[in-house]
Amino acid sequence: MNSREQILARLKSHLSAGNDLPEPVIPGNLRTSKIDKLKTVLTGIGGHCIHAENWADVVEKLRAKFPSPGRWLNTIPQLETFIHSNQQPDPHLLEDVTLGVMKGHFAVAENGAVWITSDQMGDRALPFICEHLALVINESDVLPTMYEAYEFIADSKYDFATFIAGPSKTADIEQSLVLGAHGPKTLTLILLSSV
Amino acid sequence: MSSAPTIGEKQLDHAELAERFNKDEGRVDWHDQTLWFIRNKRDKAAQSLPEWEELREAASRIKSNVLNNLHDYLIDFERNAEANGITVHWARDAQEHNEIVHSIIQQERITQVVKSKSMLTEECHMNDYLAKQGIEVIDTDLGERIVQLAGEAPSHIVLPCIHWKKEEIGVLFNKHLGTPEGNCDPVLLTAAARENLRTHFMSSRLAITGVNFAVAETGEIVICTNEGNADLGVQLADIHIACMGIEKIIPQRKHLGIFLRLLARSATGQPLTTYSSHFQRPRPGQRMHVILVDNGRSERLGSKDFRNALKCIRCGACMNTCPVYRRSGGHSYHNAIAGPIGAILAPALDMKKNADLPFASTLCGSCTHVCPVKIDIHDQLYKWRQLLVQDGHVATSKKAGIKGMSVVLSSPFLYKAAGKLGRWFMKNVPKLTNNKFNPWFKQREMPEPPKGSFRHWYRENRKK
Repeated sequence: MNSREQILARLKSHLSAGNDLPEPVIPGNLRTSKIDKLKTVLTGIGGHCIHAENWADVVEKLRAKFPSPGRWLNTIPQLETFIHSNQQPDPHLLEDVTLGVMKGHFAVAENGAVWITSDQMGDRALPFICEHLALVINESDVLPTMYEAYEFIADSKYDFATFIAGPSKTADIEQSLVLGAHGPKTLTLILLSSV
Repeated sequence: MSSAPTIGEKQLDHAELAERFNKDEGRVDWHDQTLWFIRNKRDKAAQSLPEWEELREAASRIKSNVLNNLHDYLIDFERNAEANGITVHWARDAQEHNEIVHSIIQQERITQVVKSKSMLTEECHMNDYLAKQGIEVIDTDLGERIVQLAGEAPSHIVLPCIHWKKEEIGVLFNKHLGTPEGNCDPVLLTAAARENLRTHFMSSRLAITGVNFAVAETGEIVICTNEGNADLGVQLADIHIACMGIEKIIPQRKHLGIFLRLLARSATGQPLTTYSSHFQRPRPGQRMHVILVDNGRSERLGSKDFRNALKCIRCGACMNTCPVYRRSGGHSYHNAIAGPIGAILAPALDMKKNADLPFASTLCGSCTHVCPVKIDIHDQLYKWRQLLVQDGHVATSKKAGIKGMSVVLSSPFLYKAAGKLGRWFMKNVPKLTNNKFNPWFKQREMPEPPKGSFRHWYRENRKK
């Protein structure tokens, strides 16, 4: 018997009827508006939250926030101003990207996280290797908690996807919070008014 | 590198290692307070959700269902993962796990790999094994890198270097990373580690990660980090090896909505880790492996008393709240996983070697109260004690003491006489109790002996 068969045989001997799978219907209660909660939480975890009226405004706000020159890569078709980025033959070439700009599906108010799938990342390495990250979502796409988030995600298709909540961080040295552990040093979330 | 401190051949037990940690009283207080601070953050996060108890109950019940049907869920996971282009391996024990990892690395002719946090690879002592084969593993989690540079094992599953002071890290980084002497600013030290580890991310062709959750229904794995080190390592590598214990399975993707709400809040009081990444298919051109490791888990599933320990999602809340862990330090548990959960997991792996751990507890029950998946930790500690005594793994002195006590407590005459004698000796020959041979005298003064017994006091006072 190989290991697979051995392990499975032992598990089979311990199968028991037990309980059914519970339906995880536990909607949260934010006690405040979704947008207010999102802003408070995101600021609390070291992120920035700004509003933009339209795509031209997104460009303007980003230029104001990141005045120094650098290598900017963008994966949003509507933002023609910036260099568009696709899957890279070699992700290592993204190492000098100062700002990555991409669209997320939605944000979660209770924890400030943005759900983003690999088709929105250009290259999967981009949201982790760039020095600063800006994510754009429609203001109407804010969900209260992870319960609603997974209702949305449950049957969706993706190759790779991630929740990003704020900038990369660590508190491994005496519990002092430091932003920019390995990934982006800042995270800007842009809430786009319905267009 | 990851073995516990020993003198000669003898493995020191928890009490001896704790005593060593307790020599520096200031450090014990600091360690205790740091962990209590995290426990408080957890409380605030938990109390901010009115549905917290409902979430714990649901998580616990989902995990019960997983344990009852693990055989089927693993087969589902394997089928779905392979359909996604992931190679699935099965390892019956630590040795086989290490051999599988090694054979993959060998095929690629690689000598250096990056690794993000994985308690399973600690359990298997994988770094040591690979080092012997000439392969260097670079731990990329900052805390793990710190203990790795120091030649130590992590002392906490979530906060690997919680026992290190920043001044000491400053000295360590000055030696290994060339940071300015005497500088212990966490911002500067973190920046130095970032710069150094970035070169490893850039040059490593293979990344090893742990797994927080593996979804049977979709064949995807989920990895949670704050630093982004798992993602950076994987996305820059040609090969990704993810190592997981077989109990990490959850049935459906939507169950993550329960577990992710509990995990980070229980661990550090954060609403969510910075990154919760879902790996469903390898990146184009990349090879991805998942190793399913048993290492005693299927055996334990057959034990009614102890199987629930397999529900653990490795948040570390039981350590942060434990009065013994906070004052004895993670290394006193001489096991990859310390604290209350480590103390009930370790004896299942090696009863003789870890017979001391279930006794490293006051049975106060705080661990059980904070556990996000409702494991009956303190009950299991108590049950392990009984089993260990039964099987003869407990020191004869402890056994003799308890036997003697049982004789005295079952005879009113002996009990009365013993009380009288005790009071007399404490009053007239205090040296007899106030000495280093009496474990109750350690780090505390003995109380004033009472004038009479409780029975005497009660008789006097009932009349009034």
